Amino acid sequence: MSAVSKEKDRVFVAFQTNDDTRSIVEAIEADNAEAIVSRYPAMVKIEVPGRLVIRRETIGDLIGRAYDLRELHINLISISGNIEESDDELVLHWNQH
Amino acid sequence: MNMPITPQKPAKKLSLKDNYNLLTRGLGWETSYQDMDKVFAQDKFEGIKIHDWDKWEDPFRLTMDAYWKYQGEKEKKLYAIVDAFQQNNGQFNVTDARYINTLKLFLTGVSPLEYQAHRGFAMVGRNFRGTSARIAAQMQAIDELRHAQTQAHTISHYNKFFSGLHDPTHMFDRVWYLSVPKSYFEDAMSAGPFEFITAISFSFEYVLTNLLFMPFMSGAAYNGDMATVTFGFSAQSDESRHMTLGLEVVKFILEQDPDNVPIVQKWLDKWFWRGYRLLTLVSMMMDYMLPKKVMSWAEAWEMYFEQNGGALFNDLARYGIRMPKYHEVASKEKHRLSHEAWATFYNFSHAAAFHTWVPEESEMKWLAEKYPTTFDSLYRPRFEHWREQQQKGERFSNGTLPMLCQVCQVPMFFTEPDDPTKICYRETTYRDEKFHFCSDGCKDIFGNEPEKYVQAWLPVHQIYQGNCFRPGTDPTAPGFEPLAEVLQYYGFHVGEDGGEYLGSLDARNWTQWTGKPAVAE
Repeated sequence: MSAVSKEKDRVFVAFQTNDDTRSIVEAIEADNAEAIVSRYPAMVKIEVPGRLVIRRETIGDLIGRAYDLRELHINLISISGNIEESDDELVLHWNQH
Repeated sequence: MNMPITPQKPAKKLSLKDNYNLLTRGLGWETSYQDMDKVFAQDKFEGIKIHDWDKWEDPFRLTMDAYWKYQGEKEKKLYAIVDAFQQNNGQFNVTDARYINTLKLFLTGVSPLEYQAHRGFAMVGRNFRGTSARIAAQMQAIDELRHAQTQAHTISHYNKFFSGLHDPTHMFDRVWYLSVPKSYFEDAMSAGPFEFITAISFSFEYVLTNLLFMPFMSGAAYNGDMATVTFGFSAQSDESRHMTLGLEVVKFILEQDPDNVPIVQKWLDKWFWRGYRLLTLVSMMMDYMLPKKVMSWAEAWEMYFEQNGGALFNDLARYGIRMPKYHEVASKEKHRLSHEAWATFYNFSHAAAFHTWVPEESEMKWLAEKYPTTFDSLYRPRFEHWREQQQKGERFSNGTLPMLCQVCQVPMFFTEPDDPTKICYRETTYRDEKFHFCSDGCKDIFGNEPEKYVQAWLPVHQIYQGNCFRPGTDPTAPGFEPLAEVLQYYGFHVGEDGGEYLGSLDARNWTQWTGKPAVAE
């Protein structure tokens, strides 16, 4: 029997392309080792197999000020997966068998 | 006497979760002088059982102060960009004036749905017993009104320069192809609150939303329409809250009682199919109406439904939910849908409020690459034939009216799932009357709720019954031209709004104003 495991289904988050999201994308890449970034006209999409985490602190460190995760709403385009939201993290994930 | 005051430590800031709990849980109450079932009279008749509304999880905990703050920021950015676009004559930067026809389709076929969504969520926001569900729905009702407004503001600028954009709400209520989106939403709005929210929040705004917005907005970006890109992305940020509401609603309902599972599955089957048929218009927009194409309909379907949707339904499998019925038919159709749709609109261009045209040779080459198993064999010959006719001055116009499906109301041009050379016809007799459907999907939907669909206002039937003339029109008068009168009823600017793109007022104006050819090289 083949031991190759199927890649987990991906979750994604997509943002408008602008100066604010440059740092957000950088933060997501820093906190998610398997992040795949795709760039389209005016939009940047980040996919991660299984689970994606956005950390308030990582973004704050990059932009040099306190960041409120709710600010993501301003530039957010689309999202997939189940969402867990707290003051410090936004997590997207699929629950798979 | 001065008493030293011990400064009190400031109260610890509430966490997001606690803050939101105070807003949503704290505002509801058990009514005492009217029965709760009387106050919330619509949330039980669908058979959905909710035992504990407090189990509702709010994924995006947006309190009112945050809502106004962030929505306000989005609005300021949006309108600044719209102003800049208008001041800079951005409308002349699109690839060519053929692109504008996608906006005509959008403003008349999609923007009115935003308004209907506003009304529908206001309805749901009144009818759910659970406080947080009501608040989420009420915020969404405001979002949807925002979408209707931002779309009207953004696209109204194009109305100064191009035809077919002058009266979207009048057209929406009357025009034959617009009854497709109109009947879709009215079907949801005339259902109960649980069906409405499953249909719209989940099936439409989660499962299928990317197939509506990504094509239009990417199409806008690829074709130089930054205004539409802006409102599109701005609206989509609201959509991500809507999507999470949709997913949360479905999970909540499924977790509350196992008896809910078959009811939800039935709704998922129905609304997947209705939503998919609605997206027919998007498929032809992507493949034929964008001068610069983003991706093919088939590619979009693979990416956004087969992969993303597949992941979603894998996730829901633990509740006993399966993929929607007939999803495999949609996969079979993906290589044909856009071509069959565009060919039909080409036929009936004289009766539409947007232009159509034969694709350029370079475009047919792209189509052949994207659709290697179908385009050259099944569809190119038609377009080449029509091009020949057009070059002879005999542009083809279909002189009759198409048969519509009783449920999705799309003209019946779809082909058999396993035979693209045969039109797919299904029928059933109900109370001695025969009804026609484009597919097994639509036939099944009818079969489950026949009393609903026998009441459908089908534009073609209504025209033939003489119900689509302006008041005072006399069909017996000499020289009476029924089609011309119907177009007047529709509110079209006859001779300007529809018909062949080449030689149209839009095309001529485009060249005159920009110096660029009507069809970009």
